Amino acid sequence: MTDNKSLPGSRGPLIYRQSIWTRVTHWVWAICLFFLLLTGLQIFNAHPALYIGQQSGFEFDNSILSIGAFNSDAGPRGRTTIFGQSYDTTGVLGVSGSAERPSFTAFPGAVTIPSYRDLGTGRVVHFFFAWLFVATMLIWFVASFINGHLRRDVVPRPADIGAIPRDVADHARLRLKHGRSYGPLQKLAYFTVFFVLFPLIIMTGLTMSPGINAAAPWMLDLFGGRQTARTIHFIVMLLLVTFFVIHVVMVVAAGPINELRSMITGWYRASPGTPTTQGDKP
Amino acid sequence: MSGLITRRNFLRGTAVAGSGLILAGCDQFDFLGARDNQVRQVMEQANVLTYQVQRALIGDQTLAREYSASEIRQGQRPNGSMDPTTPEYTFLKMQDFAPYRLTVKGMVEREVSFSLDELRNMPARSQITRHDCVEGWSCIAKWTGTPLGSILDMAGVKPQARFCVYHCYDNIQRTLSGDILYYESSDLVDAYHPQTILSYGLNDQVLPVANGAPIRLRIERALGYKQPKYLHTIELVDDLSPFGRGKGGYWEDLGYDWYGGI
Repeated sequence: MTDNKSLPGSRGPLIYRQSIWTRVTHWVWAICLFFLLLTGLQIFNAHPALYIGQQSGFEFDNSILSIGAFNSDAGPRGRTTIFGQSYDTTGVLGVSGSAERPSFTAFPGAVTIPSYRDLGTGRVVHFFFAWLFVATMLIWFVASFINGHLRRDVVPRPADIGAIPRDVADHARLRLKHGRSYGPLQKLAYFTVFFVLFPLIIMTGLTMSPGINAAAPWMLDLFGGRQTARTIHFIVMLLLVTFFVIHVVMVVAAGPINELRSMITGWYRASPGTPTTQGDKP
Repeated sequence: MSGLITRRNFLRGTAVAGSGLILAGCDQFDFLGARDNQVRQVMEQANVLTYQVQRALIGDQTLAREYSASEIRQGQRPNGSMDPTTPEYTFLKMQDFAPYRLTVKGMVEREVSFSLDELRNMPARSQITRHDCVEGWSCIAKWTGTPLGSILDMAGVKPQARFCVYHCYDNIQRTLSGDILYYESSDLVDAYHPQTILSYGLNDQVLPVANGAPIRLRIERALGYKQPKYLHTIELVDDLSPFGRGKGGYWEDLGYDWYGGI
């Protein structure tokens, strides 16, 4: 064993940080969320409007978002209306593609599966990956409870809450620590995803099912109606996309090779000065 | 170097990650739209799983939510066929549906048929329910009609029957090789469900043509495409493959799931 205690410039120990359960469920989720997002946008395109309440207002207005197209003197324009405020979103939302061959879908074909309008296929793929997503989540919860990933890395402790201001300051300076367990902000982010966003997007998805509505009408009341549930489903999607962007940015910022290695092989190079324990490699 | 990163590296990495996001969109997965694609057929099994799990978890008699009259805030939004142009239907409409008859046939003890007056004189059920279109929108309306279960009992469903096939008048799609008529099907759980009615009334009025006059079936625990309009014949069968393209309904033949409860 070499002594790697605290020579300046020396490397921290190589630690076995991610169990096989964490790694496999991570990549299965990555695939699931990719397909769920792109087929979800396909499904949204079938009726690109969101409402508050039980039903969709056609003769009254309870919509909070709608995406559409209209004709102007300069040709077709895309228009997105949020809380009554309209924005010209030509090229991205409502109308996209070239001027010769414009495409009149809410979200452009580049971000939907299939790339053309096909609600039936979007639903087939969406529900397949929804089942896979939920099954993976159950496996992850059980495994993470047993192997300690939950209490070590995910559920914040009182000390973590107290350490948040300092962790925010460290992140602002891009001074990222690579410890044996997750840092306070990391815990908070993953706790939010696993205990708030994932359950919420599954529950609101189920609340859109007329069959589930019959079995569990309390879910309609919990979310304030089927159309509100659909709106929340969409908002949680936006939050998960936001999480994904921050996640990837942080992986890049923290050292993409080391981070990717830990999520593929499980082995992670900790910061210099991290105390070694049995099982570590130099 | 593992712990520290420079601002330049950070910005460069962020740009790389961002461009990856833009490249994510694609048409590589369009093959999933092909009905005979094997990967798609595996994925379609998820819908079979949904059907089986929902049937196992949800009681056969469990009702869909019924709303109060104050929640009827608009007319029932019509879509799909709104004014069928087949000669049979046009003729019936001209006669104000006086010659209309609803027929129950197939795997039954006795084929029966009823006029509109006969249906309206049977015990009726009214329910204020939410109609959920597969597109994503919902609309609350009051539906009045004859429970399908009592009609099926009059015909006497044979034990080997597994499905009801619902034949409709409307030419939902017109092709060079002729009209494609709308049809649907359900299992007998949905057919005998207490809220499954042959509706002839909508919001206390006679069911309008746009919403399926003279008879529209309501299956309240399923999406809108499982509620066939312009219904004229109910056929009890043990196999859905002889009808249309064999998937159990017009939209199912186009790749939509048969159960329609999600």
